[in-house]
Amino acid sequence: MRVFAVLALFAALALPAAAASLQETLARFAANDFSETAKAIDEIAESGAPQAASLIDALLNRRLAVTPDGGVFFTDAQGRAFDALTGSPVAAVPKGAQLVRTNNKLRGQIENSLGTLRLQAPDPAKRREAAEIVLRARDVSALPAVRTALSREQDPVIAKVLRETEAALVLSRPDATTEQKTLAISILRARSDQDAIAALRAATAGAPFAIAQEARRAIVAIEKRLEVQAAMQNVWYGLSLGSVLLLAAIGLAITFGVMGVINMAHGEMVMLGAYTTFVVQEVFRAYAPGAFDFSLLVALPLAFLVAGLVGIAIERGIIRFLYGRPLETLLATWGVSLILQQAVRTAFGPTNREVGNPSFMSGAFDLWGLQITYGRLWIVVFTLVVFAGLLLLLKATSFGLRMRAVTQNRRMAASMGIPTARVDALTFGLGSGIAGIAGVALSQIDNVSPNLGQSYIIDSFMVVVFGGVGSLWGTFVSAFALGIANKLMEPVAGAVLAKIVILVLLILFIQKRPRGLFALKGRAVES
Amino acid sequence: MSFTRRSMLGAVSLLASLSLGVGAARAEDTIKVGILHSLSGTMAISETTLKDVMLMLIEEQNKKGGLLGKKIEAVVVDPASNWPLFAEKARELIAQNKVAAVFGCWTSVSRKSVLPVFKELNSILFYPVQYEGEESERNVFYTGAAPNQQAIPAVDYLMSEEGGGVKRWVLAGTDYVYPRTTNKILEAYLLAKGVAKEDIMINYTPFGHSDWQTIVADIVKFGSAGKKTAVVSTINGDANVPFYKELANKGVKATDIPVVAFSVGEEELAGVDTKNLLGHLAAWNYFQSVDTPENKEFIAKWHEFTKNPKRVTNDPMEAHVIGFNMWVKAVEKAGTTDPDKVIDAIIGVEVPNLTGGTSKMLPNHHITKPVMIGEIREDGQFDVVWQTKDLVPGDAWSDFLDGSKDLEADWVEKKCGNFNTKTGKCGG
Repeated sequence: MRVFAVLALFAALALPAAAASLQETLARFAANDFSETAKAIDEIAESGAPQAASLIDALLNRRLAVTPDGGVFFTDAQGRAFDALTGSPVAAVPKGAQLVRTNNKLRGQIENSLGTLRLQAPDPAKRREAAEIVLRARDVSALPAVRTALSREQDPVIAKVLRETEAALVLSRPDATTEQKTLAISILRARSDQDAIAALRAATAGAPFAIAQEARRAIVAIEKRLEVQAAMQNVWYGLSLGSVLLLAAIGLAITFGVMGVINMAHGEMVMLGAYTTFVVQEVFRAYAPGAFDFSLLVALPLAFLVAGLVGIAIERGIIRFLYGRPLETLLATWGVSLILQQAVRTAFGPTNREVGNPSFMSGAFDLWGLQITYGRLWIVVFTLVVFAGLLLLLKATSFGLRMRAVTQNRRMAASMGIPTARVDALTFGLGSGIAGIAGVALSQIDNVSPNLGQSYIIDSFMVVVFGGVGSLWGTFVSAFALGIANKLMEPVAGAVLAKIVILVLLILFIQKRPRGLFALKGRAVES
Repeated sequence: MSFTRRSMLGAVSLLASLSLGVGAARAEDTIKVGILHSLSGTMAISETTLKDVMLMLIEEQNKKGGLLGKKIEAVVVDPASNWPLFAEKARELIAQNKVAAVFGCWTSVSRKSVLPVFKELNSILFYPVQYEGEESERNVFYTGAAPNQQAIPAVDYLMSEEGGGVKRWVLAGTDYVYPRTTNKILEAYLLAKGVAKEDIMINYTPFGHSDWQTIVADIVKFGSAGKKTAVVSTINGDANVPFYKELANKGVKATDIPVVAFSVGEEELAGVDTKNLLGHLAAWNYFQSVDTPENKEFIAKWHEFTKNPKRVTNDPMEAHVIGFNMWVKAVEKAGTTDPDKVIDAIIGVEVPNLTGGTSKMLPNHHITKPVMIGEIREDGQFDVVWQTKDLVPGDAWSDFLDGSKDLEADWVEKKCGNFNTKTGKCGG
């Protein structure tokens, strides 16, 4: 590397030679060989050519191409084409040019070298990312660059990351003094995460006893904190799983819980909602790609309508003839679920469909060391909103009142002039529609395939039965209880065993309390 | 009910054709080929494509004049992702439809379920999917990869300087026979290569697992011990999408912790937003992006046949292409479709594969294939970053498991699928 730096210096002194050397460098790309490309990256970084940064950036993003006659061209993020040798714009990248391939190792190398270059980027998010990359890479030669960046940094948050980066680098330097190292250890101890542990662990090897001891003590302290954090993290995962369970089960809590219909096609309503999202997103992709983030907002009411209408059709067409005959209902709705699955398979094909995440649902953020993904957070919020809305509908509207009246005492309600048949259809439609909007949310975390519904139907029944048939609050509590119990058990027992244990516990519980957590009391409940 | 009715109909039609005396003549006009892939149920997602590619291959062969002067006729049945139904449908194909060979199955359990039928009725099955090995049957030809043609080379690549010099391994899989056996082989292999026991983490999840938060967090934690870490994924089809979504959301990049998958191909990626998966890997014997004239021609034909220029191609499809062409050559060589003669004739048959090489059927009923490692690109295709120089012969019995390292399959000289080289006896 140093040799090339010297070469580059010479090259800079004699300009024609510089062009020649860049030409040689670029010729390496034509070899289509990763080790040649790696050399080329180093040489370009050292060359000091004005187009060096954009060249490397183009390589990273698959925008660098080689023509069969050895010409090298690249395009920038806006799609403008340039000649790599001269850096001057050209009309277009010639036809027949092959993209230069990269692999993980090369991209890691590029990111590390770009990391050092970007420490002073104007965009604060980029600066922070660069500092984190350098911290993780722990390349001692980056220390001067980190110190310069630190002296100029205005943002206190990024300055803190830079100090931690400096500390990690100092620890890796054999020539740093004991005081410097002790200070570095305390800075990293305050950072208190996996990266800090990695840096500290690297420092223990070959360090003087006192330093190694200090570093080990810091590691133990961090690990203790991380354990507490992990427990909290598990509770959050449990909440998130619980919200998914609740979302899937909440529609069933109405059709099964309130109406008493064993609806095996419930999962397919969820699936229909997910496919509605897919169709809406396709339309957005085709006609309004700029407004893609709003696709879910449009999909929500449509999914409710689609699943709700299908639900009403099922109720009017099949279920109303089978009230009071649970076994027949079970078989008939199971048949309906198979028909719906195969219909979707025929219409959309058997393969998964791609449903994109809007930007506000991608990525994660840090909350007191807990890593929380936006997608999951939004699903928890969304579930709570849906639940609250449903409660309000049941308790505070006249439709809710009629619904409760019909399900509690059909004949009495009918004598009061309530059109029970229509209320039945609407109630079933409501339950199905809510399953539909659950599908919109689930399409964000699961795959959209004709089998989507099947994976949720058993869990949904489990939640409703555990919570107590007919009780919305029971469903709420049971979903979160099952979710959290599952997630607390998973790290200990593994995903497979955790699921089995939960099922066994549930069966035992139902033996003891057949009506679930919150059993409905009163005359409405036939014994 | 429907079954008895169908078989009665079959009997009636058989009687009718016999009495008319044309049935026999008609049956000789065509050679029937059975296609045993699920078109409904959970496995339809993967298997429907294989049915389509078989129909295309048969149509093409008929355009070339058929086989032995006769047209080939495809008999498609739908075992509906139901394992016992696979055996029933296989029996129907062989006994009732009198097919000359069957192309089918995806999961190992469906293959195991049809095995006794193929043995009893002495027919031929071409199995196109990568699998866990530890099997070699006289009536089955394995055109997918054995573990030494996929898993072991992938691990070798990651261990190499070029692959990042991985020192710590997460073996994550769905809880069933293929991942369990593959991981057992890989664990034995890694230990033999000097990897410490505490540097291997093995994790199993149920089918269709969709909540990956805990496991991804565990992987990240395991991967931050200061040693380069990689995930070897034998996670089954459907669970992959939420797994990759969780990885992307947690910001796990391929440059930090690469994931190499054995069951994720072009078809599976069609359902994922790939821009966050750049650089994660897959190991196969074929990628759609491979730039050879054979592959270009195949893709063009596929798009024309399906009338969909976006349909992707994948590894098991290529396995069917190779398997079908081998069968055609063997039938031509034997001059008959009689299973016994074809089984003998097909050993040593060579046909060009789609990646520029020539695959050969070996005496252990596996074939030679190149092994390729691909990195996921933004467009859902793979960049081949590494491949074996020569074709790798498939090994039925792993050399890294205690129970199977002395076993050898050879249907030419030993006439045995599990010959023990130590005791000199055939396990039968």
